[in-house]
Amino acid sequence: MRVRRLAAWTALPLAVTLGLVACGSGGDGGGQSDPNAAVRIEIAEPQHLVPTNTNETNGSQVLSALFSPLVDYDEANKPYEVAAQSVESSDNKVWTIKLKDGYTFHNGEKVTADSYLDAWNYGAYAPNGQNSSYFFEKIAGYDDLQGETPKAKTLSGLKKVDDLTFTVTLSQPYSEFKTMLGYTAFYPLPKAAFSAPGVLKDGYEQAPIGQGPFRMKGTWQHDAKVDVERYDAFPGEKPKVAGVEFRIYQQPTAAYADVLSDNLDVIKTIPTENLSTAADDLGDRFQQSPASSLQVLSFPTFQKEFSKPEVRKAISMAIDRDEISKSIFKGSQKSARSFVSPVVAGYRENTIGEAGTFDPAKARAMYEAAGGPKKIELSYNGDGGHKDWIDATCNQLKANLGVDCVGTAEPKFADLLTKLKQKQPVGLFRMGWVMDYPSMENYLGPLYSTNGSSNYYGYSNPQFDKLLTEGAQAPTEEEAIKKYQAAEDLLAKDLPVIPLRYGQNNFGHSTKVKNVEMDLFDRINLLKIEAVK
Amino acid sequence: MLRFVLRRLLQMVLAFFGTTLIVYALMFAGQGDPIQALAGERPVTAAQRAYLTQKYHLDATGVGGFLYRYFDYLKNLLQGDLGQSLTGRSIGDILVAAWPVTVKLALIAMAVTVLIGVTAGVIAGIRRASIFDNSTLVLTLLVLGIPTIVLAPLAQYFLGVRWQLFPPTAGAQPDLYALLLPGIVLGSLSLATALRLTRTSVAENLRADYVRTARSKGLVKRRIVGVHVLRNSLIPVVTFLGVELGNLMSGAIITEGVFNIPGVGFNLFRGIRTEDGPLVVGIVSVLVVVYLISNLVVDVLYAVLDPRIRYE
Repeated sequence: MRVRRLAAWTALPLAVTLGLVACGSGGDGGGQSDPNAAVRIEIAEPQHLVPTNTNETNGSQVLSALFSPLVDYDEANKPYEVAAQSVESSDNKVWTIKLKDGYTFHNGEKVTADSYLDAWNYGAYAPNGQNSSYFFEKIAGYDDLQGETPKAKTLSGLKKVDDLTFTVTLSQPYSEFKTMLGYTAFYPLPKAAFSAPGVLKDGYEQAPIGQGPFRMKGTWQHDAKVDVERYDAFPGEKPKVAGVEFRIYQQPTAAYADVLSDNLDVIKTIPTENLSTAADDLGDRFQQSPASSLQVLSFPTFQKEFSKPEVRKAISMAIDRDEISKSIFKGSQKSARSFVSPVVAGYRENTIGEAGTFDPAKARAMYEAAGGPKKIELSYNGDGGHKDWIDATCNQLKANLGVDCVGTAEPKFADLLTKLKQKQPVGLFRMGWVMDYPSMENYLGPLYSTNGSSNYYGYSNPQFDKLLTEGAQAPTEEEAIKKYQAAEDLLAKDLPVIPLRYGQNNFGHSTKVKNVEMDLFDRINLLKIEAVK
Repeated sequence: MLRFVLRRLLQMVLAFFGTTLIVYALMFAGQGDPIQALAGERPVTAAQRAYLTQKYHLDATGVGGFLYRYFDYLKNLLQGDLGQSLTGRSIGDILVAAWPVTVKLALIAMAVTVLIGVTAGVIAGIRRASIFDNSTLVLTLLVLGIPTIVLAPLAQYFLGVRWQLFPPTAGAQPDLYALLLPGIVLGSLSLATALRLTRTSVAENLRADYVRTARSKGLVKRRIVGVHVLRNSLIPVVTFLGVELGNLMSGAIITEGVFNIPGVGFNLFRGIRTEDGPLVVGIVSVLVVVYLISNLVVDVLYAVLDPRIRYE
């Protein structure tokens, strides 16, 4: 504090002089923008800072400063080209990606087709153990790179055409491949990142070299911060701040205290215990935006007592979603009545129809007619702060269906998954989903297709699987969305899970910044944020 | 004396290996699925699972697996290699970064305890039943009654955010001023205990025979209290402070979290939450050494304070 005040006094005359020289460079409300100032954004310690190894928001927030994606998403959540000149395909199987000229890595190296091919091959090669390697599984030849001693070292589906063009052949047509390309895993890597072909240099992730609007200033200071500064040779849209300090916090409450006293500029997640006072504390500096996460209550459909859709529908109708969102979550989550999040193209409101209306009398009659079980168990992981809403849901089921209901906590999410994989009777269980890329398919395929990687409900509907395949092969995105919407309608009939709530980003900022926006991947938009003089 | 210290050092080696064995066994037994814990609620791909399992020998289970992994760990430890955390960082590096700031914090807390706690305890002991004595009693009871998990956020909110007397968080490279508030919060509990302990001890010693003798032979009061009483009264306090130094370092989990200080407690908490066995064992091993050494120092200090205690 003392130091800051001192700095303010010395900065005052300076600011006055500067203010006299520079006249009004835009800025709507909340003071003038200062392009020479750095902003400070809260993150938690990233697990990794290699694009293909980063699949959590902290790491991808830092990488979003250092790298520029091939595509980004517009207001309607449709992809548009950024670092790519064009991404095209005539059959959804062979995709031609042309790069914009003029992009360079922070070490001066030119960005070429090879930068992408090297990075993606590295990411897909199983022995490298990259967290996001599954993003490449749609590319032809992926299977040859798996196992302990893979047959090949490079993806057969990736071909260089010239310095700025390459083609991607998928093993099966996929209409939304372009949508996937906006994710962290698809960033390029410079030659300087490798010590030998296919071998990443040891210290690369301590100071990643990218081709984005900012470059590293020093190295990653573990548990402390990551500093980046504006990269002036960046050809794309220029950021409006001189740099960003990503400050690492272990507890969001500490970050919140810092935002309140202007010691930190942006907190990405306001802790639940502060949500009720955040609007008073921060005023219009407290902001909310839809996040990609979806909370559901799932049924083990392989168990006899939950095999009837009427039972599932009755339970859904006996839950007062709005009440729980309001009283337990203080509006930090929103009631959900669809299987996909509002942040993806193709989202429709209230696709589950009647099952989403709160009607205790009808629910009870339907439940009894279908012969639903007298006792319901709700399983959840005890380490994720779910107890309150599980108990509230249980109480609603008790009151509205006249059944006995208990919430059962498993110590960790992993314990719950283990039991589910062994098909042990855990009753209903909570699940959450955060998208990998903004597509309806990502909310449907992994969760409900017969061989889906996260299908723990034993749900299998051949027609649903067929619609998903057709969607992937559809010639245009619009037609794909139609197929996915038809698939979603099937889910609404079967209800293998009941959607409960959408996540919200609850973020706040200090008085020293403005234009703070959150993107689809729960990252602060670093090109928009401005410092206030 | 030298023989005593040597014997204690040898015992320390045994104690060190014994505790690492126990801690390693506990972490091993309590471990569910560290790979899933690391990934949170995201699905883990088979390739990623195979990679981590092989790298950290996570497939070695049961008694045989335990012995294999423990001796593997021990072998590396004796070569000075504490291993890697599950995110691939060297645990040696983590500890090197974490210890200095925790030691600083603990020393500040210790200084607060000794300066305020012992001084106020002596005054309260001399002026028994005075206003000072009674008000410190109320205050210490209050502090002892409020757990750190309440005290730390309250102090942060009022002193840091509302009145802006201190920076609300300290961060990774804090100056002394930024560490003062967390230090006081951390030290407050031991301060209260030290105060009560000193007060009782001084009050008791003031009624001892040797004080009466000293007074009757005309010694000035300042000398009676400053030399004779204080020296004898400090024995229980020193015992307490020695043990407390270890507690302050390991017990900073809450304080370090609230004030965002990436020290030992901060890392220990993360290690436990992510089931990062090697990280927890590494931190606890060093904590064990701290405890052992501070206990040794306390034992040696006994001899200095009380000549009747002799070691052969």
